[in-house]
Order: sequence, then structure tokens, then C-alpha cells
Amino acid sequence: MEGIDIDIYDKLMILSDSAKYDVACTSSGIDRRGKQGSIGNAAKAGICHSFAADGRCISLLKVLMTNVCIYDCKYCVNRTSNDARRASFTPAELAELTINFYRRNYIEGLFLSSGVIKSPNYTMEQMIKALTLLRETYRFNGYIHVKAIPGADSELVSRLGLLADRMSINIELPSQESLNLLAPNKTKDSILRPMGLISHKIQENSTDLVKFRHASKFVPAGQSTQLIVGATPDTDHKILTLSEGLYKKYRLKRVFYSAYVPVAEHTLLPSVDTKPPLLREHRLYQADWLLRFYGFEANELLDEQNQNFDLQVDPKCNWAMNHLELFPVEINKAPYEMLLRVPGIGVISAMRILTARKSSVIDFDGLKKMGVVLKRAQYFITCKGKIMNGFKISSDITLRALMSDQHKLLNGFAEQLSLFSDPPMSREEVSQCLTEPR
Amino acid sequence: MFDRTEIVYEYDGSFEGLMCCVFESFSLKEVPSVIRTPSDQQSFFDTAKWIETDILKFNRVYKSIAAKISIQAQELVQLGFWTNAPQKEMLIYHFLRLGYKHGSKVMSMLTDDTVSTLQKAVRHLTSESHKFKGFVRFSVYDKVMVAVIEPKNFVLPLISYHFCDRFRDDSFMIYDKTHSMALVYHGQKAELIRVDQLTLPEVDESEIEYRHLWKQFYNTIAIEARNNPKCRMTLMPKRYWGQMTEFAKEEELQTVIKNQQNPSKQMILNHEPQRLL
Repeated sequence: MEGIDIDIYDKLMILSDSAKYDVACTSSGIDRRGKQGSIGNAAKAGICHSFAADGRCISLLKVLMTNVCIYDCKYCVNRTSNDARRASFTPAELAELTINFYRRNYIEGLFLSSGVIKSPNYTMEQMIKALTLLRETYRFNGYIHVKAIPGADSELVSRLGLLADRMSINIELPSQESLNLLAPNKTKDSILRPMGLISHKIQENSTDLVKFRHASKFVPAGQSTQLIVGATPDTDHKILTLSEGLYKKYRLKRVFYSAYVPVAEHTLLPSVDTKPPLLREHRLYQADWLLRFYGFEANELLDEQNQNFDLQVDPKCNWAMNHLELFPVEINKAPYEMLLRVPGIGVISAMRILTARKSSVIDFDGLKKMGVVLKRAQYFITCKGKIMNGFKISSDITLRALMSDQHKLLNGFAEQLSLFSDPPMSREEVSQCLTEPR
Repeated sequence: MFDRTEIVYEYDGSFEGLMCCVFESFSLKEVPSVIRTPSDQQSFFDTAKWIETDILKFNRVYKSIAAKISIQAQELVQLGFWTNAPQKEMLIYHFLRLGYKHGSKVMSMLTDDTVSTLQKAVRHLTSESHKFKGFVRFSVYDKVMVAVIEPKNFVLPLISYHFCDRFRDDSFMIYDKTHSMALVYHGQKAELIRVDQLTLPEVDESEIEYRHLWKQFYNTIAIEARNNPKCRMTLMPKRYWGQMTEFAKEEELQTVIKNQQNPSKQMILNHEPQRLL
């Protein structure tokens, strides 16, 4: 039986390999100073310590406690029916590894998840043991993100939450039908109930903190979740509406989207040679940003008639082209909310425009100097009543062509596309992606 | 000044010294066309005027920035001095002239060439310093941790608090090879010192093991189906890779940090205490 004479290198390989499909790796959401006698602190903006060959940020030591699992979710590498090598960390091994990586500044902290071993409760108890050792014996004061196991007792969720900075429960599949089909051991209720509990606990805790200054903090960096995109026929509209609900109702800090990477041959799943839908995932992230920082609502971006994003045009451009009656906007007069709706203008650009307006009237040259990217914005704005270069695009078709991400659609974007590097996400959005603003 | 010779100021390269150049210029009502340090390239014909660093003059100028312009401007000027902007001295000097003329409004003059250039340089500095909070790699030598970085801007003052707070009970050094400076934290005290040469001892078994483990984790965590080297390069340009454990070759993992190896097995520090943080 494997797992007996297995060295730490093998364990680390197996347990990071099986954790890598979790996209979240942010270390953001909380500022915490260092303490005498402890090691570590936390930075609200989050810190990326490296970037993997797939371009994703590496911030936390992302591993599973064990990849042994009693469940058989069809989309998952760790499903019980998969013939894979299995391993488990002992709490001490995990703590040693975390502390030693942390001291060398390889990581910002630990992201601990787990397959379900024996039962949800047993699994959670193992995780609590490991985190208690790390926090109390090793005096680790850095960032911990932990996954709650659906189906565990609420008392265990509460204890785990006091040890971690962020807790997440992955919804994975955006509808009950999809869950029934692909994750027969999970139900919508078994996921949403603990989410509700965490959200309730966070609010209860914030009033406790007002009353008792020394009350321990319950997941101070909030909770997040992940949705898989492209394993099931769920539409973008359905996914985005779900996200909006999670932000509003459960006050989630982040919803992550994960383009489905085929890891299993199954009649209910896309075939194994399907490319992960990276461009679709990218559009969902852009839309998610619009919900959180740009004052958009899901039903402004998609509706019953248009259930999926246009892959050629980013969601904000698409919205703008459907509302040409609102444009062009005058840079020197438009309110902040309207500046944010201009394609190509992000939060930082809009703030800079507000600042610069205090001392002078802005022209196109001035916009360039302050670092506003005009590639897209030029068709939607005026400066001192003038259009840039004096030409006006009158046809919708031309405009649409100018706005489209041609380069992404040519030569197989699945390989070419990067989540962060291309223009539709402006430079400032890149830094937001990585750091998540306050 | 009626003769056509250029006015060139030479100062000791410290922030205090630069502020004394500003003092000189305003008290003599003359406008220098170059402000430089003795190590900067000199043109054949100019004769520089040496500006002595005088802490009283420094204080007067430094305080006047907060009083006559704003605290934010004072901070911007200090940060500007740590950037690698070409001729940063003249940039800061011109910014201050604008500031004394327009007052606190200068901070919102984003469409002005001087203001936008200085702000852009400072953004480059702060974003690089944020990157180094993640990209610094320590090697553990028994009780001491040592890291080497090669930043473009002088980031040590900006990352100092972060690391000292994080590793409160440890002793460590971050050596900035580009600027020949080191942040040394020991016994709860931080110091920036000049270090011209650094020789490090051999690393032990457990250090080598953790380097290997980290490299393995790094290689495992990437999803092959999403391979995207271009994106990685944008977010973490190659110039950072040289001092990062995950990119070290096998033989480098076995030895001391790349490029710093030296046959003698002691640490040599040329102490010359500079300004405290």
C-alpha cells in the first residue's frame, strides 16, 4: 500500500499536483502586524511570491492534507474511482514545510484543502490539528486559507474559522442539475449551508469585536468560492447571476472561475482532448470585475436573449456598444460613475482624471501623459468637446471590429491567451487581479 | 548670471545633499542645469560647484516642502530620490520649483511633464518594491538569513518595515547588489549599510533540501494545459529570475547563492553606517 514508505518529496509532489486545479492563490484581505515571539504578518493587498509557467500567481503553499477521497465527483482528479497515487501529510510535516518555506520567503502562507478521508468530520478534525500545531506550537502568524469540507458539523467549521484568515467552500458546479449529474455526493444545500454559517459567523464576530476587543477573529479575510466553467452546459448568464447573489447575499470576497481542464474520460463530461475554455473564463473574470468595482449589475451585461458573452469583445465594450446613446462622454465633466463605464478606463485612470481636473482642463495629450490608455477609450470620449483625431466612427460594424480582440481569436487562443497580460484588462486591472484592492 | 557657462552643482549623493543644492539655488537665485555626484559622468568643459551637505540647510528645505507645498509632495520627493529616473536630481529640483510656485495644487498637475515624469518614476519604484516583497529569496545559515537582490530602483527603504515586522525575532540581511547597500536586521534593530563585497559561507544540508522541495513545488503547481510563458514573463520579467531559487540550476542549489561565491568561508562586511531607517 502506498503512503507508507513515501518520502517528503513524493508527498509534496502528489499533494500539490492534486491541489493545483484550485485557482485561488490570493493572500489578500487582511493587514496584520507581526508579533513578538511569532513569525509572520499579513498584507491586505496580498503578495505574489512567484508566477508559475501557466502565468498564475503563486502566493501560498497550496497542498492537500490528503488526496484520499471517499467521494466520486466525476470532474475531479481525486475521485475515488481514479487510479492515482495517494498520500497524506502528517500535521507535523505540513507545519515544518510551511514554516521553512515561509522563512525563506518562498510563500505568503498556507492554502490547505483536502480530499474527504473517512468522513467530512474526520477530515476537518485532521485539518484543525494541523492548523492548531502551526499557529500555537510554531507560532505562525502569516496567512492561512483553508477549505471547509461540505457536510461537516458546524461546530468544526467554527473552530477551523478561528485558525484561518480565509475560508472557502467550492461550489464548483453552478446548478443543482449539474451537481446531480457530476457530483452525486454533494447537494446545493450541503454547500450553501456552511457558506451561510461562515457568513453569519463573520458578521456575529464583527459585533463581538466591537464589544470585546480581544475576541478572536473569525476568518478575518472573508470567504471565497470557485465555479468550474465549461464542464457543464450552464450559461454565462447563470454563472454571473449566481456570483452576483453570492457577493450580495453571502458577502463573499471573491468568486473564482476555473476553466475546466479535462482530467477524466466520462460520457457526461467534455472529451479529454477538449481545450480548457480560457477565453470564456477571461470574459467571466472581466464581468466579475465590473460587478465588484465598476457599479455594473449582472442583468446589464447579459439577459435571457444574450446568455453568453461575446468572445470577440470584452463585456464592458459590448455594453458600451449597445448603449451608444450615452456616448461620447466629456472627460472634463463626466461624473466618476460614467468615466468608469468608458471602455479602456479603469478605476485608477478614472481617479487620476478626477485629480487632474482640479488643476487644469484635460486634452488628449494630457490623458496620455497621465497614463490613460486611449486605444479603446478614444471612440467613446471627447476632451474640451473634441473627438480625438477629429474622426468619428459612424458604423456599428466598424466600431465592433475595432473593439474586438482579433489577436486572441487567431491561431488557437487557448494557448495564446493569458489571463492578465492583454490590453482589455488594463495594467491597473492586472494589479487588481493580483492584489485585490481594499 | 550673464556669462553663458552652465551652472553645475556637485553634491555627495545623499538626499540631504540634494536638498542643500535646492537651498543654494534659491538663496543665490541661480538655476543649475546639471546636479550630479562625483561618480556621475562629467562633461569635458564644465566646472562643478561643490555643494556641502549641511543638516541645518537640509532641515529648512525639507520642512518648507511640507509647509509650502504639502506632506504628499514631501513624500513624493523623498521617494523620487530612490528611483532610477535619469537625472532624478533635476527632475526633483524642477518639481520643487513648480511646487513652490503653485503650492499644494502641484500634486494634481498630472498633465505637466515634470509632475507626470516624477510620478511615473515613483510608481515604478513602488511597484518594484511591492514585487520584491514576494521575490526576495532567503538562504538560511544557521541563525542568520541572507538574501541578494538586484533591483533597478533603490527599494530597500520601502521593503524594510515589511521584512523587519515579519521576521521580528530573526536576524537577516538583504543585500542590494545594484546599489551596494544592505539592509541588516539584528537584535530588533534595522540598519542600512554600505557593502561593497559579500562572501557567504557554504549552506547546510537542510537548506539544500528546502531549495529542492521549493523547486519541485514550483514545477508541479503549474497546469500544463494552461501553459503560458508569455504571461509569466509579463508578470515576472526575466531580470528577477537570477536570484530566485526556483530558477537556479542544480549545481547552484547545492552551493551558495549564485554569483556571490568566494573561496573563503566567512562573511565580510565593510561597515560604513549610513542613515538609519
